[in-house]
Amino acid sequence: MVTVSMNTGLLLASILFLIGLVGVLTRRNILFMLMSIEIMLNATGLAFIVAGAHWLQADGQVMFLFILAMAAAEVALGLALILQMHRQHKTLDSNVLNLLKD
Amino acid sequence: MDNILNLLWLLPALPLFGFLVLAIFGSKFSKRGIAFIGVGTVGISALIAIIIGISYLTHTPPGNSYSQTLWTWFNVAGFSPSITFYLDPLSLIFCFVVTFVGFLIHWYSAESMEEGEGYARYFAYMNLFICAMLVLVLADNLLLLYMGWEGVGLCSFLLIGFWYKDDENSAAARKAFIVTRIGDTMMLIGLFLLVKSFGTLNVAAILSGAPAVWTQGSSLAFWGAFLLLGGALGKSAQFPLQVWLPDAMAGPSPVSALIHAATMVTAGVYLIARMHVLYELAPAVQMLIAIIGAVTLIIAGFSALMQNDIKRILAYSTISQIGYMFLALGVGAFSSGVFHFFIHAFFKSLLFLSAGAVILALGDEHDIRKMGGLRKKMPVVFWTFLFGAGALAALPFVTAGFYSKDEIIWYAFASDKGSIWLWLAAFGGSFITSIYTFRMVFHTFFGEQKTEISYVPGNRIKIPLIILGILSLIAGFVELPEWMGHFAPFSKFLNTALPAVSLANVAGSTETILLLINMIFALLGVWIAWRFYKKPQLLSSLQTGAGKRLSNFLFEGWKFDWFYDHVLVRPVVWLSRIDKTDFIEKIYGGVGNLNIWLNKVFGRTENGNIRWYTMGVALGAVITLTIILFL
Repeated sequence: MVTVSMNTGLLLASILFLIGLVGVLTRRNILFMLMSIEIMLNATGLAFIVAGAHWLQADGQVMFLFILAMAAAEVALGLALILQMHRQHKTLDSNVLNLLKD
Repeated sequence: MDNILNLLWLLPALPLFGFLVLAIFGSKFSKRGIAFIGVGTVGISALIAIIIGISYLTHTPPGNSYSQTLWTWFNVAGFSPSITFYLDPLSLIFCFVVTFVGFLIHWYSAESMEEGEGYARYFAYMNLFICAMLVLVLADNLLLLYMGWEGVGLCSFLLIGFWYKDDENSAAARKAFIVTRIGDTMMLIGLFLLVKSFGTLNVAAILSGAPAVWTQGSSLAFWGAFLLLGGALGKSAQFPLQVWLPDAMAGPSPVSALIHAATMVTAGVYLIARMHVLYELAPAVQMLIAIIGAVTLIIAGFSALMQNDIKRILAYSTISQIGYMFLALGVGAFSSGVFHFFIHAFFKSLLFLSAGAVILALGDEHDIRKMGGLRKKMPVVFWTFLFGAGALAALPFVTAGFYSKDEIIWYAFASDKGSIWLWLAAFGGSFITSIYTFRMVFHTFFGEQKTEISYVPGNRIKIPLIILGILSLIAGFVELPEWMGHFAPFSKFLNTALPAVSLANVAGSTETILLLINMIFALLGVWIAWRFYKKPQLLSSLQTGAGKRLSNFLFEGWKFDWFYDHVLVRPVVWLSRIDKTDFIEKIYGGVGNLNIWLNKVFGRTENGNIRWYTMGVALGAVITLTIILFL
């Protein structure tokens, strides 16, 4: 069994997180922003797993299951909203969808 | 019969219930329903008061008093006033008058207020008024009394300004509230003083403990009694705080009847009678009460002579009659003061109600010079008004006012605190009363009719008038003067709660002589009024020069309004005008401006662009992490 050191695991998680963050900041299409958020979520999930494995605690795995369930719910809701947005505004460009402002 | 006295809490609770129902659901009821609730709750209250009275008289509770504790109000550092109702002869008499006369006034208003809007609002206020007054008279501690006291003030404000769409009425309401407020504040300070001295506000505890804590004539006793007197002066419209009452005429007539007869203005009399021990400890203040009473009754009597508005005449007469009650309290004749209150409640509410009927019939005409000839057209109103006027003028033997007022005039002379000067004031005031009262009667009901009758009063107006008219004639027989057989169950009943008057050594024949003079002058007053009514040219000297100035001076209530306006109101208004933008204002204005500016700045960041927000969150996270990791 190959063992992965904690540092390597956390590094992977942070890289994944940054990729997601950059995606959210740079993409204008809301669908892609949602996908980037999923990447960020999974990055945090990975960080939990790595920490759990390092300290030999089940909590990390439990937390990851929570995040997975939450992500599933969030995607269902987000996709439904995006669908509605597309129907009403005929676009998914977040620069155009800026009606909620002062 | 303890169980009947247990109903005591229902007395204020029923009108309160009526108020709540009318205030919350008033708009949902028909006018019939509103009148049913408004009049009914007070009516049942009156009935219970009578039952309690009978039960009290037949089975007097031990110690001549009964108290019912409902719950403890609050408890702070050993100071724990409770919601307790206390029944003794004094509060019983006040309860009876408040509920019974209040009920008749409600009944009357069911018809007189039917036209116009705000029927439910009117009855809601009236019910609350009765409730507050009952709390005031039944309270066993001064804090609860003060709550009723302020409740009465609030309701009078609401009712005087009942027709609030007219600016003048609102101004009158504000004036009443502010002027009585001055007295209330004095009273509140007095209450603090009492708490400091006695550690409690329980009336019975203060009355029994006061002689031990305060020595007679000590300065603490003086200030305690004086501050409470201030409250009484404001509420009872006595000199120098009498200016609000004539303007309080802005409200509907039944409201004036309620304020002047059963509630509000008599609260001061009640307070002083209730706290009589304090005044016996402070003889200087008690003498002050007598002097204030005498001064007030003269001032108000002269002012009443010159008025032409029928309700203003009655208002000044109220001030003057309350002056008599204060005079009685001042010379130590407490039960006579309460007796005059008792009689006054009947005839003054009667006078206001029948004046209201006249005003209603003549299409809102207040000026007695434009009335006349109503004797034949409105016989019921004429006769009842005459009975009330007779009682007010204290016409001998047949009217109730004679028995109560002459007792006070006699004690003003004969009490060991009385003097010939007080007697002279009381006697002169009584003579003037008889003149202005009958001037009003002659102008209103005799001679030619000058204004057409546009409304004929119905039974709901007439029946209360008749009941009050009868009472104005016969209620005096519960207390006859000494030379008429010494039949005095009223003062005997009260003497378990109030001390009897102590007489100076005066020969018995003096009473007869003074009484005879009084009776002659009361009748002479009627004759003078008649003579001036028939020959108005006798008064022509009042139209020019010094006479005109004098009559103007009296007409404006001795220019007290002018005086207060120039000495108090205008300087304050002037100061607040020039001081509109002082530095304190800048501080508060600055807080507002800062918030407006911040709103503009942060409003910019709300641009609706979701990627900006994300950037903000990311930056925030980075900054937070940096702080945690490196600082």
